[in-house]
Amino acid sequence: MTMRTFDRKKTREGWGDGLIDIGEQHGDVVVMVGDNAISCNVDRFAESWPDRFYEMGISEMHMVNAAAGMSLLGKVPFYVTYSAFGVGRVYDQLRVTVGYTPCNVKIGGAHSGLSVGPDGATHQMMEDLACMLALPNYTVLTPADYWETRKAVAAAHAINGPVYIRFGRESVPIVTTEADPFEVGKARVLAEGEDATCIAIGTMVAEALLAHDKLAEDGIGLRVINMSTLKPLDTEVILGAARETKGIVTAEEHQLHGGLASVVAQTVSRHAPVPMDYVAVEDRYGRSGDSEELLDLYGLRWWKIVEKVKGLLQL
Amino acid sequence: MPTVDRTAPGRLELPADELRAIATDVRRDILTMIANANSGHTGGSLSACDFLTAILFHAATIDPRNPSFDNRDFWNVSNAHISPLIYSVMAERGYFPLCELLGFRQLKGNLQGHPSAHDTPGIEASAGSLGQGLSVAIGVAMASRLDKHPRRVFCCLGDGELQEGSIWEAALSAAHYHCDNLTAIVDYNGAQIDGRVEDIIGIAPLAEKWESFNWHVLEIDGHDMDQILDALREADRLTQQPTVILAHTLMGKGWREIEDDYRWHGKPPTVDQANTALMQLGTSYDEWRERLAGSEVTA
Repeated sequence: MTMRTFDRKKTREGWGDGLIDIGEQHGDVVVMVGDNAISCNVDRFAESWPDRFYEMGISEMHMVNAAAGMSLLGKVPFYVTYSAFGVGRVYDQLRVTVGYTPCNVKIGGAHSGLSVGPDGATHQMMEDLACMLALPNYTVLTPADYWETRKAVAAAHAINGPVYIRFGRESVPIVTTEADPFEVGKARVLAEGEDATCIAIGTMVAEALLAHDKLAEDGIGLRVINMSTLKPLDTEVILGAARETKGIVTAEEHQLHGGLASVVAQTVSRHAPVPMDYVAVEDRYGRSGDSEELLDLYGLRWWKIVEKVKGLLQL
Repeated sequence: MPTVDRTAPGRLELPADELRAIATDVRRDILTMIANANSGHTGGSLSACDFLTAILFHAATIDPRNPSFDNRDFWNVSNAHISPLIYSVMAERGYFPLCELLGFRQLKGNLQGHPSAHDTPGIEASAGSLGQGLSVAIGVAMASRLDKHPRRVFCCLGDGELQEGSIWEAALSAAHYHCDNLTAIVDYNGAQIDGRVEDIIGIAPLAEKWESFNWHVLEIDGHDMDQILDALREADRLTQQPTVILAHTLMGKGWREIEDDYRWHGKPPTVDQANTALMQLGTSYDEWRERLAGSEVTA
């Protein structure tokens, strides 16, 4: 069996198109952005509904709480900036005003992960999930591709409460179809397998599928789960994998601490302990480079998943 | 002597003498509830007392029994550690029974140390970390303009809080978006936890700062009810830009021994000290606590 290939598209285009979808349907949607409307793909929303679009400038702390204020009058604000700032800079605002109240604010976590590339470590946010998963009241969505990001926007609008949506900068493999369901709190098995499982998010879902194909050459069945919601967590699909396969590898473009690896390991260790290993960024900052080169350098690749799976299976 | 119904819905527009009487009751509530809890912020609660009383009992259209009704005006307090004041004014206005003030900061009560929207009806957004409330108020002001709703938005700020950078992000934004439906009131008591504001990180000249951020600026004696009402009316009249009222006040106003003493920012009085203060306000700790405890439970 040869390894599959993928069409590619930017997840941030999914964010922008998702906002057009709901902007048309729902007059309560307002969009706020922090001096990066084009790179956060909200320029089309701005042209379509200029009265519901707010350029907030380089004032992230203010933007978050202004969004909170808007939500108090029934608006459904979607604010977006790079997650390094839209989460990292404003954790206090997200904790006290948006989270604790809680406010019906939707957060676009643009340019997340190592694959941001040349901008380097300051802009490669790999701690956003650790921050957001720690806060009560939030829903945390980690769509894998263009289609899921687009659908996540509508799904976020349907939730009454704060929602964080993580997406990236570069074109990434498309691993779902327009017709596939996207249900908050429901993970989907994208490839079957009975020997081991890889639970992945974001760009790493495609890598997991490549690992599935490679392992199949050796007769190893790797189940691939796309965990496109991290909170609320689909514990059923995780525990199914723990009980039906011999071990679990998680894969994420995020620090090892506090993201996918943490929530899966907590679930497994509490209810159905099995051997686990992790593909993640291991306690280091990013650096400048081409996106693809960086993913190679940090081992955020199918071959690392293969290596970890074989390790778990003691092959 | 029965006067007006302090708990009625709508815009009460009570006269200054009535507001002064209510502010005295609010100060009695503050001292009693903090001493009862043995915890809470005394200084700022007493300094901001007069203008918050004026907002809720004179200027703002609110319904204490249905706090989130559509046509409400919006008010919030960004320096939310002065929660004893917030809760006392709310209780006197009828948001919840006065007896709840005796559960302040305690496990059995609904009144958290810093206001929680989840726990206390009428608190629209949780607060307690400084520098955030002005942005929330601006969001409300912007949404009101989007809806073409004539809502007034009142936001109370501390002066020490103006050291937070986020306040100045908000100040730029409110002027840029011409939020003339917004009135901010700064409790300019000149004191913060570690000392005098000008000795910690100076904020003077404050009027010039706000003016240069394109706000209308009004300066008043924050304990003079006539000046407070004039300023609130003037702020309503002014257009194009938001208005900030710099209310010169004294930390601890109403209890002579602590007035203008920054050491009372966050310190609770003992019951004996509260009793001394309450005597200056024409009552005693036991008498006023009895008033609160005996209030009818209406929630």
